[in-house]
Amino acid sequence: MATLPLYAQFINLFAAFLLLLAFAMLAQRRVLSLINLFAMQGFALAVSTAIVAYGTHQSHLYWSAGLTLVLKVLLLPWLLHRLIRQLDVKWDVEGLINIPTTMLVGIVLVVFSFNLALPIAQLSHTVTRATLGIAMASVMLSFLMMITRRKAIPQVVGFLAMENGLFFAATSATYGMPMVVELGIALDVLVGMIILGVFFFQIREQFDSLDLKHLETLKENE
Amino acid sequence: MSDNALGLVIAAVVAWIVIGALGLVRPRELRFVSHLLFPLGAAVGLALAVVAFFALGQLPQSTVLPLGLPDLPFHLRLDSLSAFFLLLLGAVGAAISVFAAGYFRSGEGAAPGLLCFEYHLFLAAMALVLVADDAYLFMVSWEAMALSSFFLVTTDHRIPEIRQAGFLYLLIAHVGAIAILLCFGVLQGGSGDYTFGSMRSMVLTGAWPSVAFFLALFGFGAKAGLLPMHVWLPEAHPAAPSPVSALMSGVMLKTAIYGFLRVTFDLLQGQLWWWGVIALVLGLATALFGVIFACVQSDMKRLLAYSSIENIGIIVAGIGLTILFKSYGKTLLAAITLTAVLYHALNHAFFKSLLFLATGSVLHATHERSLGKLGGLIHRMPWVAWLALVGTLAIAGLPPLNGFVSEWLLLQAFLFTPSLPQSFVNMLVPLAAGALVLAVALSAYVMVKFYGIIFLGRPRESNLAYAKDAGWFERAALSFLALGCVVLGIFPVNVIAMLDPVNAMLIGSTALHADSGNWLLLTPINADRASYSPLIVLIGIVAVVLLTAQVVHRLYHGRVRRAPPWDCGFPLQTPRMQDTAEGFGQPIREVFDAVFRIERQLPSPFDTAPKYAVKVGDHLWHWLYLPLARGADALGRLVGMIQQGRISVYLTYSFFTLLALLFFVR
Repeated sequence: MATLPLYAQFINLFAAFLLLLAFAMLAQRRVLSLINLFAMQGFALAVSTAIVAYGTHQSHLYWSAGLTLVLKVLLLPWLLHRLIRQLDVKWDVEGLINIPTTMLVGIVLVVFSFNLALPIAQLSHTVTRATLGIAMASVMLSFLMMITRRKAIPQVVGFLAMENGLFFAATSATYGMPMVVELGIALDVLVGMIILGVFFFQIREQFDSLDLKHLETLKENE
Repeated sequence: MSDNALGLVIAAVVAWIVIGALGLVRPRELRFVSHLLFPLGAAVGLALAVVAFFALGQLPQSTVLPLGLPDLPFHLRLDSLSAFFLLLLGAVGAAISVFAAGYFRSGEGAAPGLLCFEYHLFLAAMALVLVADDAYLFMVSWEAMALSSFFLVTTDHRIPEIRQAGFLYLLIAHVGAIAILLCFGVLQGGSGDYTFGSMRSMVLTGAWPSVAFFLALFGFGAKAGLLPMHVWLPEAHPAAPSPVSALMSGVMLKTAIYGFLRVTFDLLQGQLWWWGVIALVLGLATALFGVIFACVQSDMKRLLAYSSIENIGIIVAGIGLTILFKSYGKTLLAAITLTAVLYHALNHAFFKSLLFLATGSVLHATHERSLGKLGGLIHRMPWVAWLALVGTLAIAGLPPLNGFVSEWLLLQAFLFTPSLPQSFVNMLVPLAAGALVLAVALSAYVMVKFYGIIFLGRPRESNLAYAKDAGWFERAALSFLALGCVVLGIFPVNVIAMLDPVNAMLIGSTALHADSGNWLLLTPINADRASYSPLIVLIGIVAVVLLTAQVVHRLYHGRVRRAPPWDCGFPLQTPRMQDTAEGFGQPIREVFDAVFRIERQLPSPFDTAPKYAVKVGDHLWHWLYLPLARGADALGRLVGMIQQGRISVYLTYSFFTLLALLFFVR
């Protein structure tokens, strides 16, 4: 441990936070808390990106960190909160699978991710390569969250959290993507969020509920 | 002119496409389309026939068109085989175009201009199929042919049965096209070069030549209507407008024969004897099947469609015999057989088009396709009736018309088979000859039924009295085709001389014996064995007819007494007491009972309004096609099971895909 510089230890710390928050989101039943956790994850991501920027003197990463902070900590959670208020959906989130089982599956996924990241990490030469496994694990966990949730809003949160994990993977493996790509993705997420927001209203108007099981009726009949 | 025959062929194709496109300019203007564009198309067809006639004896010409994909240009080649089929296409196509000029009218289901476009595209695609010299152009034009004819078949697409017939046709055409594509894939032998020139020089080893041959047999057989892919013919031909049926039956089926000949004798290096046996057996089975089913049909176009199946069967059987002879090195016999095959293809194009067009005229005059509601039309439509009689006699194989010549030649070839070295084949061939004779005889029976019920007797319905004879365009077209039947029948030696370049190219020998300089006498091998002189037969027939007329005239002249005939105790006779189509076919239906799947609805004796209905079905449809369709449906449902309609399930699918990919890529 002593061989690692201080900033790298901090990066590992925030990476650990990220993973922890991903598990917390997986376990969280309430929509409001879920959004808060998502904001916290965004904050951890922003801070860790800033530290990477500081430690490796990659100035463009400061921009990424700033962008993450504005978009994922402030704008998106605010949008989601507004949406919940407008739709009046502060109910508890019921999962398709109960929480302990989900957690167990999550642990298996983390092991798988670390196993997967090991050979890739050895190819990389960044200080942050050790955190690649965590990044992949948080992608997987977010995906799992999308699968296990029944309502539309938690699924969107899962989708956004998945983007967090991808972003973190990019930072840790190659010190971030080119700025253009990053801006593009940020914009995509924003636009995706707005479109999904519109869809929520449409879905509720159609089915009087945001429960996705109503969408099953859209399936082509035999 | 003959120096650049290929250029002229390309010009004809372009002209057809342009004429078709002009139809789209003013699609609703019937007079413009039918009285200007269709005759123009006919003129192009006639020009093509002349060019092809002169190109028959020429050396092959080839060219490369800078069309198609980059680095994949279209190769074209005009050799004797192509020229022969182009002659067939041009001559018969011209006649059908003239007929179409008088036939198509508004209310046919599609705008006349649109029909004109599809029709000429169909002609152009068939011409391109015949001159294609690479698999790419061949498949492109083959598909263009299938699609344009599909739209022609579904002209009256508002009728559900016609849509179903069109779908069946399209389905089988595509299954066949896949087999043809695979066949070309085998033929290129891993060289990646899809030109026919490279395929000719490719020597395939092991089982590959056989694989290529059977793929070709299947693929082209699907288009030609060979058993068991014949099901689309009886559905599509009645559905299509009559000129289209004529074109499909007369010409398009021949492009399949062309393709089969091209692959078997030109692209494949050598032929194995057992290919011939299989083609022979399959062809004869198809011929018998077709003719037996034709006997029991009561829809005139369906009857002709089954008769087309029969004729294609005879042609394929002939090809099988050619393969058999050629594989044993009997090139002279192979040349005679191939001559018979090509001759029959040409004959069939003429008489079957003639008959289909005649049914078109009858259909327009009476709005009736069912034989049970026709009759006595020879008084109302003498032109159509007498010209159709020529076609009927020709297809029935009566001398001195053309149908007799080709069938006689084919039988001659069968009779020479005892000279083959293999005893198994020697035992098989007399059997096959017997089957062929049966098919030919039954086809005469079918034609008696066809002609007798439509044109002879008394009208079965009262509205038949208002039937009008065909217009001048139709008469001209029918006369041209009838004349073709007569000329092809009277001058067989000249026709065979015309076919010789094709024999020389495919077999390496010519059919005409060197010493048969006599243009009147057709002697396939030598005069001691068999010879046929159509002119003498014609003179004999005419003499007998005149003589009989004279004798009758002399013996009974002045002693004619007009009185009611003996009415068998039934004083009241109505036209409905005539022999019906069902009644005429009944003996055959009884004899070949096992072949049919008969659903009969017999009236009860106490019924005051008795109704009789019989539906003759095809066993193959129930044993092969329906199980296949059910299997495909079940498979489709199985695939449909993964569609759950739940987002989380779909996400799980992608999640597991992701995990599996990550796991394997690692």
